[in-house]
Amino acid sequence: MSWLGQGVDRAGRIAWIVALALLVVAPFLGVYPIFIAQALCFAIFAMAFNLLLGYTGLLSFGHAAFFGGAAYITAWLLQQQHLTPELALLGGVLAAAAAGLVIGAIAIRRQGIYFAMVTLALAYMLSFFFLEAPFTGGENGLQGIERGKLFGLCSLEGDLALYFFVLAIFVGVFLLVLRIVHSPYGQVLKAIRENEPRAISLGYNVDRYKLLAFVLSASIAGLGGALKVLVLHLATLQDVRWEQSGEVILMTLLGGLGTFAGPVVGAFVVVGLQNYLSDRAGAWTTVIIGAIFVLCVVAFRKGFVGELLAWQKRRANKS
Amino acid sequence: MTEIFGVPIQALFGQLMLGLVNGSFYAMLSLGLAVIFGLLGVVNFAHGAMYMLGAYVAWLGYDGIDLTHVQVGSTVLNLGIKLQFNFWVALIVGPLVVGLIGVVVERLLLKRLYKLDPLYGLLLTFGLSLIAQGVFLQYYGSSGQSYDTPEALSGATNLGFMILPNYRGFVVAASLVVCFGTWFLIERTRLGSLLRAGTENPALVQAFGVNVPLMVTLTYAGGAALAGLAGVLAAPVIQVTPLMGSNLIIVVFAVVVIGGMGSIVGSIVTGLVLGLVEGLTRVFYPEASNVVVFFIMAIVLMIRPAGLFGKEK
Repeated sequence: MSWLGQGVDRAGRIAWIVALALLVVAPFLGVYPIFIAQALCFAIFAMAFNLLLGYTGLLSFGHAAFFGGAAYITAWLLQQQHLTPELALLGGVLAAAAAGLVIGAIAIRRQGIYFAMVTLALAYMLSFFFLEAPFTGGENGLQGIERGKLFGLCSLEGDLALYFFVLAIFVGVFLLVLRIVHSPYGQVLKAIRENEPRAISLGYNVDRYKLLAFVLSASIAGLGGALKVLVLHLATLQDVRWEQSGEVILMTLLGGLGTFAGPVVGAFVVVGLQNYLSDRAGAWTTVIIGAIFVLCVVAFRKGFVGELLAWQKRRANKS
Repeated sequence: MTEIFGVPIQALFGQLMLGLVNGSFYAMLSLGLAVIFGLLGVVNFAHGAMYMLGAYVAWLGYDGIDLTHVQVGSTVLNLGIKLQFNFWVALIVGPLVVGLIGVVVERLLLKRLYKLDPLYGLLLTFGLSLIAQGVFLQYYGSSGQSYDTPEALSGATNLGFMILPNYRGFVVAASLVVCFGTWFLIERTRLGSLLRAGTENPALVQAFGVNVPLMVTLTYAGGAALAGLAGVLAAPVIQVTPLMGSNLIIVVFAVVVIGGMGSIVGSIVTGLVLGLVEGLTRVFYPEASNVVVFFIMAIVLMIRPAGLFGKEK
């Protein structure tokens, strides 16, 4: 797998292997598996978002629509259609892809700041749908979803079984995104991010590339949301709201925009922080998240991973 | 009773009037957004929070702000006064307070972002609106507070074809005056021409001896004050809640995309018209009234991506 090495140096590879080993043994070290599984779902969501903003330069302010929308569809397929989890996940992802195709096709007609506003507005419209639709349980959302049996054989009700299922999917998504970023297609996306007019003049059909990136990103975000249903047994309105779209931006920014590990780190930090604050701070949680947002934009734009890489580079230049 | 398309004419005009009231708020907010975006290149997500702040200033003033028992941590300060003011004073105080907050935000935070991608401005103001929303949720909860219509404007006038609540008429008239005033200031005065020149080429305007940074600060404060004023005007017609701004700002963003941010008149007209369209939808197909603006936005993007009044680049 030579492409695994591209752009990932030796230290980076070692870091990833150590992180994976930690994730595998974490449940046996007394870490609550549901917590890590939840963080992994958000990490998938943030990686999907980073694919769009970090590698293509498109700021979607409506990604929660795909995350939360897929969650609703998956929950509905599990609870009311009694499908097995892998089919319900697939259904959720397909729904997110379809929504991504429609919203993406409309939104890519504008650039930059307008793109952000259009995605925000369309996602807001979709959240109305999930509030009003007959099958979504209104303000309560869908609750008490059973995880069911994978392929009808292997029960996911046990927290450990579920955890390793989520971890396996996370690793799969990770490799997929890595593959996309380092493929010729990924290089074109970066070219579009750096200089769109030049990419057009080189003969690339920029709109098609952008739309495909949008649909891919929406589908992966949907996968994250769909998995979260299995982890937490519920689909809620909160996951489709614009606040959630903002949160995934924060995760990506805090971890390091356009870096590969950034979104994963950011997701763990934000989910961990929220879990820590939820019993202690109440409504102040929003204030603290907002304050971190502001600080991050003003003084910490590279994020954790970005700062680390910059520090590494400075050190390498010195010696 | 006369009917049009099976709808009583009173109900039709009533909803149209309500639509016009909403449209006035859209117009004032999108106008402020457009002015700020023009000079600063920042899409001010905090505009919704500033509108909310304006409404809370009015509501707090009506209830009375007791400064004889200000609790900071465990100590209680006595500033010796109790602030209480009515709607008319709030019309001045609200925009002033919000405008001052605007000055602080611009000088302290936004100033650092001008050389960067405009997306960072959006993200920063998004964070600010989370902070504002969270603070008000913490202190006042998510339930709505009602604000009495000022005495002089209570009651209604029978116009023959409809009964017009006086206050709604006042809101529409006031917002038209404010919008016209802003248009006049920007398009017809010397200050406005400097502002427009600053939008085109800030370095050149500065070379002519104009204090551009000050102009930028005042512009942001002015846009913020417009949002605060809209909030005060809205307090008697809606429930005052910490979330009132964030729900509205997304609709206003759609309005801005439809109109195109380049034109002052465009923002005003688009805001008012979309308010009316929303009102009409509420009469004929109420289920869609929450989303009709977004539908129109999608259609406009398909046909004329730059927006109705925008210029193709």
